[in-house]
Amino acid sequence: MHRINIVKLLSLLLLTVTFSVHAQDESQNDNHAENSHTVKDLKTEIKEYISHHLLDSHDFTLFSYTTVEGDHKYIGFPLPVILWDNGIKIFSSSKLHHGESVAELNGEYFSLYHNKIYKTDAEGTITFDNHQHPTNSKPLDFSLTKNVAFIILVGLFMLWMFNSMAKSYKKSTIPSGIGRFLEPIILYVRNDIAIPNIGEKHYKKYMSYLLTVFFFVWIINLLGLTPLGVNVTNNIAVTFALALITYLFTTFTANKNYWKHIFWMPGVPLPMKIILAPIELLGTFIKPFSLMIRLYANITAGHIVLMSIIGLMFIFKNWIGSPLSFGLAFALALLELLVAALQAYIFTMLSALYFGMAVEEHEHSEHH
Amino acid sequence: MTIPNIVGAGLIVIGAGLGIGRIGGSAMDAIARQPEASGKIQTAMLIAAALIEGIGFAALFAA
Amino acid sequence: MEKLIEQFSLGLFVWQLILFVGLVLLLKKFAWGPILNAVNEREEGIKDALEEAENARKEIQNLTADNERILKEARSERDAMLKEAREMKESIITDAKEEAKAQASKVVEQAQATIQAEKHAAIADLKNQVAELSVGIAEKVIRAELTNKDKQIKLVEEMLKEVTIS
Repeated sequence: MHRINIVKLLSLLLLTVTFSVHAQDESQNDNHAENSHTVKDLKTEIKEYISHHLLDSHDFTLFSYTTVEGDHKYIGFPLPVILWDNGIKIFSSSKLHHGESVAELNGEYFSLYHNKIYKTDAEGTITFDNHQHPTNSKPLDFSLTKNVAFIILVGLFMLWMFNSMAKSYKKSTIPSGIGRFLEPIILYVRNDIAIPNIGEKHYKKYMSYLLTVFFFVWIINLLGLTPLGVNVTNNIAVTFALALITYLFTTFTANKNYWKHIFWMPGVPLPMKIILAPIELLGTFIKPFSLMIRLYANITAGHIVLMSIIGLMFIFKNWIGSPLSFGLAFALALLELLVAALQAYIFTMLSALYFGMAVEEHEHSEHH
Repeated sequence: MTIPNIVGAGLIVIGAGLGIGRIGGSAMDAIARQPEASGKIQTAMLIAAALIEGIGFAALFAA
Repeated sequence: MEKLIEQFSLGLFVWQLILFVGLVLLLKKFAWGPILNAVNEREEGIKDALEEAENARKEIQNLTADNERILKEARSERDAMLKEAREMKESIITDAKEEAKAQASKVVEQAQATIQAEKHAAIADLKNQVAELSVGIAEKVIRAELTNKDKQIKLVEEMLKEVTIS
């Protein structure tokens, strides 16, 4: 019994971010409760842990645990909830009590269901349609969620770090401190990503974006691997925003040649030109789309696999399975470290490639 | 996840794996042939692999 | 795919867009601009320094070449001077020898001439003395002889014979 408790505590520490929506989930779980009421199926529990870990949340929870009496305790701090529902409504997420209670603001009630905020009545009733989708009205949610808070933190951290590095150059031209580590990376981004792909002539205006996106994605991927477990890049919204910036940057800095190659490919017969135009146009959307999906999918897949292997530890619960899955998880965590950097590199590299296409001066049109 | 979805996902993974494997193999060949161009080959290899991977992931999500 | 769309959070998207664009702009102003400028400046500096070093190297090379050339010239000049001196020495020696020889031969000639002259003088003197002697002797002889008439004639005849012979 003692050992099981330790294992449980470990699990709670490792799978830090937890959420409990059991209270409102009772109606759904009735059929589950029939087969095993006391110990909820471990596999489903792990699955829920993982899917909750991957999601954004409205408060910053460092870790949580369940007391012997069955109460959920959360260690962390609340974040502001900002809603747009006929006017801005701001209140602390502590009012939502991790979805366990209903927040009241000027006679209006909001409650959390599956990580989303719905407008409800005083009791927090949520009505469902045939497909188990809630029918309550949903206010536009611009809350400073955990991920937003983390983005701000990382942004401030980057500002501080690179600003202090920039200041150190005023004293001497040789970097000092952290700059010694960062400068080669900055030079790598410039010499091996920007210049070969974009070209000596145009690369300067893209450097700020490329450097920022590289370090942002890298740092945030790495921090996603820490026990804080705040995964920002496994939100499709985040990667969509990044890809959208790349797309807009490409589109608005593109030269005449780029558009000519899309709408009227030179050097091919007329019917081909007509066929190629929509394909090429579609290609311009697919490129940033693949950027978005790649980053999202790599990080999500990495986290799911890593956490599943950690979860296996609690399914095996014997002396051979746990060390094995620990070793596997350790190796995979190392791989994830590589993936964190690789995805940042790929994102930057492909962005640079697309920028390069947009500003390339085609002198070799005849060769097509 | 239904059975066809799982089968489809498997097929996608096989296809993407074969594709990336081929790229990696060819890149190794190319590097062995021209070690001085290894930097350029690596870059091209990563880009090609990333493109296949992107398509693979897109298909996985569709499956 | 449906799950992805369902998961999509507009709030997070908007925040990320705003924050990221803000981050790019702020970093551009406070970090990337200064850093890249500093790095560029440093690289330019290194390039300039290298170029300068190359120039200096070339200059030194030129200088050493010059030095070598000057040295070579000096050496050849010295050689030429030495050669000239040697030649001069030789010519002086030969000149001196010749002069000495000429002087010597001149002295010898003079000596010979003097000897000749002395000899002639001595001979002439001897001749005179011999003549005087012979005249004296002849006088005495003649005085003795001339006492006898026959002898006188005979003598004259003999003398006449002698005269024609000499």
